[in-house]
Amino acid sequence: MALKESTLEPSRASFDQIVESGCGFSRTIRRGETLRIIDLEGNQAVDTLFFDAHDPTDRYSAPDTIREQGNIYLTTGTRLISSEGNVLLTIVADTCGRHDTLGGACAAESNQVRYALEKKYMHNCRDTFLLEIQEHLQPLTKRDIPANINFFMNVPVTPEGGLTFEDGISGSGRYVELLAERDVTVLISNCPQLNNPCNAYNPTPVRVLVWGAA
Amino acid sequence: MPTESNAVEPRAVSSETLRGGQMWSRVLRRGEVLKLTDVEGGASVAALLFNAEQPLERYNMPDTLKAQHIARLTAGNVLYSDMGRVLCSVIGDSAGWHDTITGHLRADASRAKYGAGTYQAKRNDFYRNTRDNFLIELAKHGLSRRDLHANVNFFVKVVADGEGNLRWVPRTSPGAFVELRAELNVLLVLSNTPHPLDPSPEYAPKPVRVDVRRGPAPAPSDPCRTSCPENERGFTLTDHYFA
Repeated sequence: MALKESTLEPSRASFDQIVESGCGFSRTIRRGETLRIIDLEGNQAVDTLFFDAHDPTDRYSAPDTIREQGNIYLTTGTRLISSEGNVLLTIVADTCGRHDTLGGACAAESNQVRYALEKKYMHNCRDTFLLEIQEHLQPLTKRDIPANINFFMNVPVTPEGGLTFEDGISGSGRYVELLAERDVTVLISNCPQLNNPCNAYNPTPVRVLVWGAA
Repeated sequence: MPTESNAVEPRAVSSETLRGGQMWSRVLRRGEVLKLTDVEGGASVAALLFNAEQPLERYNMPDTLKAQHIARLTAGNVLYSDMGRVLCSVIGDSAGWHDTITGHLRADASRAKYGAGTYQAKRNDFYRNTRDNFLIELAKHGLSRRDLHANVNFFVKVVADGEGNLRWVPRTSPGAFVELRAELNVLLVLSNTPHPLDPSPEYAPKPVRVDVRRGPAPAPSDPCRTSCPENERGFTLTDHYFA
């Protein structure tokens, strides 16, 4: 846990948008710009991926990020490492304290496995990712969707090798802030999952802000 | 606890030994059993898995972990694809822990740790790295780095403490094995190369034996199928694919 507040003023942000639960979002963040994601109402998982804006085959890698920092949780100071070993962004402020990158995105098919065969109809993050890349990030396809970050989600791992989805440790107004170390494309699915406590069984909107290079 | 499936018929399809540094791939047909043996102890084998009929469907680390509430793989676990189907079951395992969260060795990290180890200097003992091996083997199947996602590291144990900090756990006893039964027609890609967290400063990957044989279809009471309700549903979805 490395709690750290930011000094950036929302009134000075160059971009400010609400993303409702169940919706996707993508945008290019230039090197030196700062991205903040605010959990407006608390305990809302924000499934997030990053790609090199100029070469999307170089993309966020959960295993490389975990291994290079020697820790499975993301917080202030975490450098988000790409599949080619580049630093995409650094987490520079975090008022939640811990974020998951092992739980992945919910999908129609994995919901069937995890909960019931009849759950296939339910909205899910993988569908949001796929629609977002079809509409805005061509030529990306399902091949290009790696294991993602779940900001504000709490997935503790035990030394015995267990893993569970637990109640969130986030709260209303908590945020995470990232400095882009190169030009990146952010891809977000604001999670619609209703089958586990990752959204406190009540998916809610988040707010995305961007500040220009200092 | 060491376990080995007794139900497998001993009809060998193939048997070979991978030298340290070597890569390998083949399609395991549904029902075939692959056994990896760490002959001398201390080996690590990185693996990628795809549905051979449609490689857009691939091994999915997060789906595998969250469906079974695990952070490592051992006997009784299965490896899920991103489409809710079971690629392989772990039907035997004497090692007790196989990593899938800490990735693989790249050329830059290998060079920094072990030195260049060029072909010019070392001939076929040159220092191969996992990512280059994966890319070469993937190319043989029309796949690229876009298809290269979180891998499995057989015989690697890395534990996380209560704060999430990782610790490499050495394992050196010879003869450890793991057995995978293919539940789809699976394209399996292996790289017998050092894990990036292995603290040894020497580039010295160990030989690994790869045995493939045919086995019977999993029974309704199969231990991997019945190990949790999630796996019952995963096997049902896999059966539907072939129905």
